[in-house]
Amino acid sequence: MNRYERQEIIKEIGVEGQKKLKNSKVLVIGAGGLGSPIEMYLAAAGVGTIGIVDGDAVDESNLNRQIIHDTDNVGINKAESAKQRLKKICPDVNVICYPYYITNENAENIISSYDVIIDAVDNFETRFLVNDICVLQKKVFIHGGVIRFNGQVLTYVPGMGPCYRCIFDDVPEEGEVPTSKEVGILGASAGIIGSIQAMEAIKYITGAGELLTGKMLIIDGLTMNTRVAKFPKINPNCPVCNRKNK
Amino acid sequence: MIKINGEIIDKDTLKLTDYLAENNYKSTRIAIECNEEIVPKSMYESFILHSGDVVEIVSLVGGG
Repeated sequence: MNRYERQEIIKEIGVEGQKKLKNSKVLVIGAGGLGSPIEMYLAAAGVGTIGIVDGDAVDESNLNRQIIHDTDNVGINKAESAKQRLKKICPDVNVICYPYYITNENAENIISSYDVIIDAVDNFETRFLVNDICVLQKKVFIHGGVIRFNGQVLTYVPGMGPCYRCIFDDVPEEGEVPTSKEVGILGASAGIIGSIQAMEAIKYITGAGELLTGKMLIIDGLTMNTRVAKFPKINPNCPVCNRKNK
Repeated sequence: MIKINGEIIDKDTLKLTDYLAENNYKSTRIAIECNEEIVPKSMYESFILHSGDVVEIVSLVGGG
């Protein structure tokens, strides 16, 4: 019996793809609503090293959507709590915890050790910071956003389409964009978007299929309308992409 | 006709800000691309869409 036999028989993955997953290093920034499915699916799929950054502690109000955590772990740091679950899913996975928030001071150093960086953050300052460092360090950055019934995913691969800042320019003013605390979030929405981010990471690592590069997937769960907005070009006014090109 | 978010609008010209107001978009929460180029926010006010234009409007989504 082989833990990965159902993946290895997928022709786009195969035994070779499984080896690539085992040798890969993925950093997930956040162990909340998006981080939960991302981390669990990557661990279950056989990603060799998973880094988890989160300075927050599990709160009961998280448990409607942050399914990597459970009632017993309320009060425990989220990165540590996530690690406990991942080790139960697959004892062989190497989980590296960063039980603090990512900041201007530590971000470059943490990100530099990984191949793929996944956005599971709950604030725009961190999202733009991580995006910028990924562009400058030529790292893959898989953005996901989720609120209420809605979500979006965009994958940045160096040299293949715009980064998050190319599209959205800069951090919105405080209070401008509603937070999940203000307007709510359904666990299933985070599950859908996080699962798509995990799939993007697996596809990138194994070389399977087409990524959401140069296009943003947008899902409206209330109507079940989905849309792929094409953004084929980098923004000539993006300060990060242009700095990199100089 | 003008195509916005995949939907066809049967007009020859359309003021961008009129469309945004009608569809409850707040300019501070969105990014707009017209014919594969990002439209800078400073140009929203004067931007006129013309027949044949293909537009995508995407929202900043927080969460996590």
